[in-house]
Amino acid sequence: MNLLAVDGHDKIRYRRLKARIFQSTCCGLVWMCVALLAVLLFHVASEGFAYLNLDFLTNNTSYKPEKAGIHAALLGTLWLVVTTAVISIPTGVAAAIYLEEFAKKNRINTFIEVNVANLAGVPSIVFGMLGLAIFSRLFGLKNWVIAGALTMSLLILPVIITAAREAIRAVPNSIRLAAYAIGASKWQTVAAHVLPAALPGIVTGVILSMSRAIGETAPLITIGVPVFILHAPGGLNESFTALPMQIYSWAAMPQKEFHGLAAAGIIVLLTVLLLMNATAVFIRQRAQRKLKW
Amino acid sequence: MRISTLALSTALCLSLLAAGCTGGGKGSTASINIDGSSTVFPITSAIAEEYNEIDKNTQINVAFSGTGGGFAKFCIGEIDISDASRPIKEKEEKVAVENNIGFIEIPVAFDGISVVVNKKNSFVDFLTVQELKQIWSADGTMRSWSDVRPSWPNQTIELYGPGTASGTFDYFVEAIIGKGGSMRSDFSANEDDNVLVTGVAGDEFSLGFFGFAYYAENKDKLTIVPVKDGNRDPVAPSMSTINNGTYAPLSRPIFIYVSTESAKRPEVINFVEFYLDNAAKISEAVGYVALPKPVYTMSKERFHAGVTGTIFRSAEAGTDIEQLMHAAAAKAD
Repeated sequence: MNLLAVDGHDKIRYRRLKARIFQSTCCGLVWMCVALLAVLLFHVASEGFAYLNLDFLTNNTSYKPEKAGIHAALLGTLWLVVTTAVISIPTGVAAAIYLEEFAKKNRINTFIEVNVANLAGVPSIVFGMLGLAIFSRLFGLKNWVIAGALTMSLLILPVIITAAREAIRAVPNSIRLAAYAIGASKWQTVAAHVLPAALPGIVTGVILSMSRAIGETAPLITIGVPVFILHAPGGLNESFTALPMQIYSWAAMPQKEFHGLAAAGIIVLLTVLLLMNATAVFIRQRAQRKLKW
Repeated sequence: MRISTLALSTALCLSLLAAGCTGGGKGSTASINIDGSSTVFPITSAIAEEYNEIDKNTQINVAFSGTGGGFAKFCIGEIDISDASRPIKEKEEKVAVENNIGFIEIPVAFDGISVVVNKKNSFVDFLTVQELKQIWSADGTMRSWSDVRPSWPNQTIELYGPGTASGTFDYFVEAIIGKGGSMRSDFSANEDDNVLVTGVAGDEFSLGFFGFAYYAENKDKLTIVPVKDGNRDPVAPSMSTINNGTYAPLSRPIFIYVSTESAKRPEVINFVEFYLDNAAKISEAVGYVALPKPVYTMSKERFHAGVTGTIFRSAEAGTDIEQLMHAAAAKAD
């Protein structure tokens, strides 16, 4: 009896030790990630800060580093991201609603589902080649903003659809049943109850996918988006360039001044990304607060 | 019911796309579209920038999807000018002929492929073309420094070079190993020359090669290796040795190809003229080396006469450009 108690006590101590080791390992890994990010940000900031000024934002690129700026690329990226969002978010959410709420379980729909899941893992260059063949050449959209946005939309649609489907599936079925019970139609149920409840999850998916769209270069290079351009786009049917392409081209130059400019470009890109994500988080928080169940 | 839903949604999608297509045309501004080699990109974009100062109405777009990617677009008539770090290939020319695209080949500058070693490496005084061949070719016999010269340390040579897709790689293989030979594949390859610079600078027994501009910007981190060709004295690359042709066979010309159809448009004519007038000055400002002056004059004549076809594809690596162009001009007369 006595022996058993001591044994049990040891076991508990051993389990607690295991738990503590696990906890500290996880904690350590988190801090490692944070430290890596901090090093990266510090490195970029220390190299690029000197180049960051108003001229950098209002000038276009130049072969003279002291004159070079990011104006056309910044506006190009904004045009690209906004157009991509306008195309992909409604399409993606609509597709998710259809697949989750309306589609019957049959072979065609299963086929579509499997394909959407697989597309999320396809390398971006493949979407670039698709965009070049279909949007740039077949539809004659060349290397315009609209061609870039449609290509980017293809790239991020699978992510949006998958995230939105997960979010819609997580809405408790009792909500739908309650709506039907008081005589709501399917459309009313989805629009007034399921969608608002799923909004926070959908927004998370949108954040992830838009962050991907803003940082991609490969599909843009493939559809022939120029790196050197001396004007910002004024419409969907104009050539443009984007921030990551400008950064890439500066980073590949031999002169050190351009590497500093690339770092400054990264700071601008990160700022745009943070502003975008902050807006999305704000929307998500508000949506969550509205839920009363 | 199912069919009609499908038809309706398809029609909706198509009309949305069509809405995106309409409203083409860019008003009164003319535009010149350029794509191709990332090696030529710094020169072409710098010239486009200067040209924009005198002609604000022409909008010039320069992309860099690589020499091959540029020719792929050029040969089906999608772009006006193709930047190229090597002459057009037969396959590519065939596509151009099929699509009725003529081209005018214009050399615009020199790039001197520079062979470099680590700063700490004090034993290498020069390397011969033969030695480079034995070091780099797949069936070569030199794998450590002591294989090259017995007095050098018995350490493996760590190799750094551009990726196989780059024009620099192609030219090096042709000039050093020769047509038909193959390069060894066990070297650290990277498309970004800055990565190669860092690699060689951090590896004591390394050997690497890349464009002259990347050596010129990193002289404090690297030691240049003079190259000895045949019985001549070893020559190190510099603005003057590359320009006057003594740094052979590793000086290579880089090109622009102008479509004959585009060359009928006044803005393209003006731009190409401006290019040839300023190529010498601008190429040096961005780290490349100017061609001998007469070459630019001869190119201008060729451009105005509309002489199509390539004269550089069949030329051997290291051929004197001036003589080559004289010979071509004489043949034409």
